[in-house]
Amino acid sequence: MNAAETSIRLSRRRRRLTLRRAFGASVPYWLVLPVLITIGAVLGYPIYRLVRLSFQQYGLFELIAHKGKPAGLHNYGSILHDPVFWHTLVRTIVFTVVNVGLTIGLGLLVAMLLARVSSVVRVLLTSGLVLVWSMPVVVAVQVWYWMTNYENGILNYFLSQLGIGDFFHHDWYATTLSQLGLATALIVWGAIPFVAITLYAGLTQVPGDLVEAASIDGANAWRVFRDVTFPIIKPILLILTSLSIIWDFGVFTQPFLLIGQSKLTSGNYLMGIYLFEEGYLKTDFGRGAAISIVMLLIVAALSIVYVRKMVKLGDVA
Amino acid sequence: MNRHRFAWNVVGLIVFAVMVFPVYWMVTTAFKRDTEITSLKPTWAPLHPTTAHFGNATHQPFFWQDVKNSLIIVLVTVAISMALAFLAAVALAKYRFTGRKLFIVLVIGIQMLPQAGLIIPLYVVLARYHQVNALSGVIITYMTFVLPFTVWTLRGFIIGIPRELEEAAMVDGSSRLGAFVRILLPLIAPGLVATSVFAFITSWNEYIFARVLLNDQSKQTVTVWLSYFLGSSKHTDWGALMAGSTLTAIPVVVFFLLVQRKIAFGLTAGAVKA
Repeated sequence: MNAAETSIRLSRRRRRLTLRRAFGASVPYWLVLPVLITIGAVLGYPIYRLVRLSFQQYGLFELIAHKGKPAGLHNYGSILHDPVFWHTLVRTIVFTVVNVGLTIGLGLLVAMLLARVSSVVRVLLTSGLVLVWSMPVVVAVQVWYWMTNYENGILNYFLSQLGIGDFFHHDWYATTLSQLGLATALIVWGAIPFVAITLYAGLTQVPGDLVEAASIDGANAWRVFRDVTFPIIKPILLILTSLSIIWDFGVFTQPFLLIGQSKLTSGNYLMGIYLFEEGYLKTDFGRGAAISIVMLLIVAALSIVYVRKMVKLGDVA
Repeated sequence: MNRHRFAWNVVGLIVFAVMVFPVYWMVTTAFKRDTEITSLKPTWAPLHPTTAHFGNATHQPFFWQDVKNSLIIVLVTVAISMALAFLAAVALAKYRFTGRKLFIVLVIGIQMLPQAGLIIPLYVVLARYHQVNALSGVIITYMTFVLPFTVWTLRGFIIGIPRELEEAAMVDGSSRLGAFVRILLPLIAPGLVATSVFAFITSWNEYIFARVLLNDQSKQTVTVWLSYFLGSSKHTDWGALMAGSTLTAIPVVVFFLLVQRKIAFGLTAGAVKA
């Protein structure tokens, strides 16, 4: 074998290696491609259409003709001049704050309770929480509807028995406050398990001797929580709070089904329901699209903290 | 200290009772006779248990048809999502590439979108392609939330596998694919199962997309069937409603109890460490 032959061989081999390396570098792209194409088709394209729809007049006629009429900023103007929109926005914000506060507050209390009970009670309580966690939302709504029914719902019976007042035939679906209160109870009940179990996992990371040392140094329970426990569970608490804000702001199924179609009025709308009624039921898709965009923008602003936190986690791993 | 522990245990039992009560009340109502259900003084347990309500619930129009629809939608959604998501999850867990971060932002960001905000464009686009009132249309919309979730969860399971194992297999002379099939696959099988089951549950429970896209009673999913149950008669048949609710919940509860630990761990492991 002469020198020239060897060098040709070597260069061929090198080329093969470079090709192989080039293909190797493209492997991750081939792997994510199917997901990217699918997301583009099932989500990217609809979102592009959403933006276009929001600038069009698009009702049933246009739906059948597959062609919208240009409407400029009319849809946005009509929402921003609609007092119902502003009332709904404020109501939704208050509803979100109350729901998130109760979910996180009660969830934290249950988590701390889990850390204090004996192991038998802990296993029992955890199983109960997981059972509640697993309840499908639509099923939970039906059960709560049955329990709060004015005629023979168990809630009225309980409250009367406990001597809180006379709740015989009390109609919980009569006022907006009590309708949204029930929806809150249902949502918080359903959300506590996830929050409590996740926070309990965080609490187990708090070193016991640290708590003990603080107590010996004379710190009371509140000081121990504020200066020892809280800093350790803060990242989880932050993630859970952001998630709850995003979920509760966009909530639909619980209030929609619990309050019920016949009792939904512009006086008790939440954002998701307002959108459903105005856009879908009234088949005013252009206006519905504008409401969706406003809603998506608000949620996007709310999610920034959470997404950044999670991306950081994903980047480390 | 002991007295404290006792007091906490009592509080724990009370919290347990309050949380579980709705579930208990659903199941017991389903087994009670009508006279017990409608009596002003509730009975705490079915004194004369009956399964009649389950018969009534399953004989409601379209119950079995809608269960079948739910199963078809869920199984197809999960199968397609898992296949696609698995590839992307391998890329995220085992490769560093330009655009990786952007892809992560996409996967996490999409999960934050409120479903209500997407019904209008999905309805309009699917109507254009005659996918309204079709199971295939619902399957497409379910991909929007199942796919990002499965990518993210699977990534967590794949990362858990030490690179050394994979490398050891490659040194042994097998290709990357061979190493993958022989070493990685058996290790992530439990993760694959847990993720599929969780995807199954979220799709089975979904309500708003199915409600918007399926108007035909014979095409509906079981959650939509259950949501219309109340309106079907003037006097609510509470027993049958609770029996229907129980039947809808059973597959979900069973599956959930099987995988909850794994998924909860996957969700929190990173957060606790960071």
